[in-house]
Amino acid sequence: MLSFISQRVLKGVIVLLAIVVLNFFLIRLAPGDPAIVMAGEAGASDQVFVKQLREKFGLDKPLPEQLFIYVKGVVSLDLGFSFRQQAPVAKLIGERLPATLLLTLTAFAISLMLGIVFGTFAARFAGTFLDTAITVFALIFYAMPIFWVALMGILLFSVTMDWLPSFGYETVGANLTGFSHAVDVAKHLIMPAMTLGLFFMATYTRMTRASMLEVKRLDFVKTARAKGLGDAVIQRRHVLRNALLPVVTLAGVHSGTLIGGAVITETVFAWPGIGRLMYDALLQRDYNLLLGVFVICSAMVLIFNLITDLVYRLVDPRIEFAS
Amino acid sequence: MRQFWKSMFKSPSGVIGLVILLLAISVALFGPMLFPNSPWRMVQRPFLPPFTLSTVPLGTDALGRDVFAGMIFGARVSLLVGLVSTLVALVVGIPIGAMAGYFGGRVDDALMRFTEFFQTIPSFALAIVLVAILQPSIYSIVASIAVVSWPPVARLVRGEVLSLRTREYVQAAIVTGQSNTWIILREILPNALSPVIVLASLMVATAILLESSLSFLGLGDPNLISWGYMVGAGRTVIRQAWWITVFPGIAILISVLGLNLIGEGLNDALNPRLSREGR
Repeated sequence: MLSFISQRVLKGVIVLLAIVVLNFFLIRLAPGDPAIVMAGEAGASDQVFVKQLREKFGLDKPLPEQLFIYVKGVVSLDLGFSFRQQAPVAKLIGERLPATLLLTLTAFAISLMLGIVFGTFAARFAGTFLDTAITVFALIFYAMPIFWVALMGILLFSVTMDWLPSFGYETVGANLTGFSHAVDVAKHLIMPAMTLGLFFMATYTRMTRASMLEVKRLDFVKTARAKGLGDAVIQRRHVLRNALLPVVTLAGVHSGTLIGGAVITETVFAWPGIGRLMYDALLQRDYNLLLGVFVICSAMVLIFNLITDLVYRLVDPRIEFAS
Repeated sequence: MRQFWKSMFKSPSGVIGLVILLLAISVALFGPMLFPNSPWRMVQRPFLPPFTLSTVPLGTDALGRDVFAGMIFGARVSLLVGLVSTLVALVVGIPIGAMAGYFGGRVDDALMRFTEFFQTIPSFALAIVLVAILQPSIYSIVASIAVVSWPPVARLVRGEVLSLRTREYVQAAIVTGQSNTWIILREILPNALSPVIVLASLMVATAILLESSLSFLGLGDPNLISWGYMVGAGRTVIRQAWWITVFPGIAILISVLGLNLIGEGLNDALNPRLSREGR
């Protein structure tokens, strides 16, 4: 178990390093000489100043050395400096990370729970009206672009019915504390989390349904039935447990999509997470910040994949840890 | 082939999907002929609600541009980007997967590590970064979508090739001294194609979603109107003019839905073994 974890962590670190190197070259690909861009943003672009900036940020050194400096910086959590926001990139991301984690994890939990419930119902009543209804809804949710779902949510629940706030993380200027603050944040969270979760809910519904129908035909289910076990017990203990394995795998595969969806959701709802930060960086062509967020997103996906891998092995006793 | 169309027409989802796709393609091809006016042109007063004037059935946007015309011209961009980026992804992914599966060993290891690397990177974030750095244009959008969508193709093709490689007719071709290229192109790939076709139809749908999301964030080609751009532009005035965001979104929804249905229909028709369930 321990050797498995360390092996996976090591592999993750290697991939992350590769992403950092890729990132370095992407920064170099970005239009404009960084020193001139910086000087322009600082409001002074005479030759001496540009040269000073070059020296200060090591831009006059040969490329491999620059790469080494960059990688060393990222390893010690120095992701560069955002000249637009006048703050270190790592600090900006650190401030925004909790909001993104709150949003993505809530959306993930909602979509997994509802997806499994709906998928189970559809499989249980396969061929009936209920199954058709669930399948059709899943198909439609699966085809809706997230940004549009978000806007339709705002149109329906904020503009028309005035039930939920349409933007932000908390009511500005309300200065709520304790429980009432939590309620306020939750109110702001419902729509973004549902928006982000809807697509994944549709995916998990389809997957659970297909997987349960597949498992249902297997021999051990027949055995359980022959033993005289009740239908509910068979569904829960035999079918669902085995049918969930591919769903867990899918959850791991989808972690990258979840982050991508968060960028859009946070942008529409002005949710103060790293996705919104990425959008701001994009608008201002703040490449240091943009690529910093990109590295952190990749790291989050790697960590999430590691967790789903472990969960998979816990759920499926057939796989041994010594890989 | 006839068998294929027969089973395709038997699955209701396949038929509905085909009808939707044909409709979308004909709108993209012939629509602009019926609406010769540029979708960027101001035709009426701004914020004209839909269903009030028959000349502008879906109303106008914040600058008085025809929403319906925008949707028709947008169909071109969405379908074109979806199809071309999928083609590019296939052109990249199929050779990589075929080589990995056919040669095995170190080649396989190296190529699959490379593929896994690209699969780990969050795809939408990478697409955003690439388009931002290469500057938004239809080429950079197609390239970025292709870069983030080839890995599943490579993995699928590798798996297929791996199992086909051990078949007797392939072994026979090896024994008769055919070149590797010949064996891969003529003996193996044609038999590995059907799951790739299913995947490709779903990839076009994903590509359309990706393109619209990029355009929504303001990373679309500034010279081409697209559905994502229209929704993005209508977003700021959603409280006054719901129609600017609602209609282009429905267009995206219907096209993506159609392609997903085609994918399901193709799956039923090409892998009958897998699809007997639940009906």
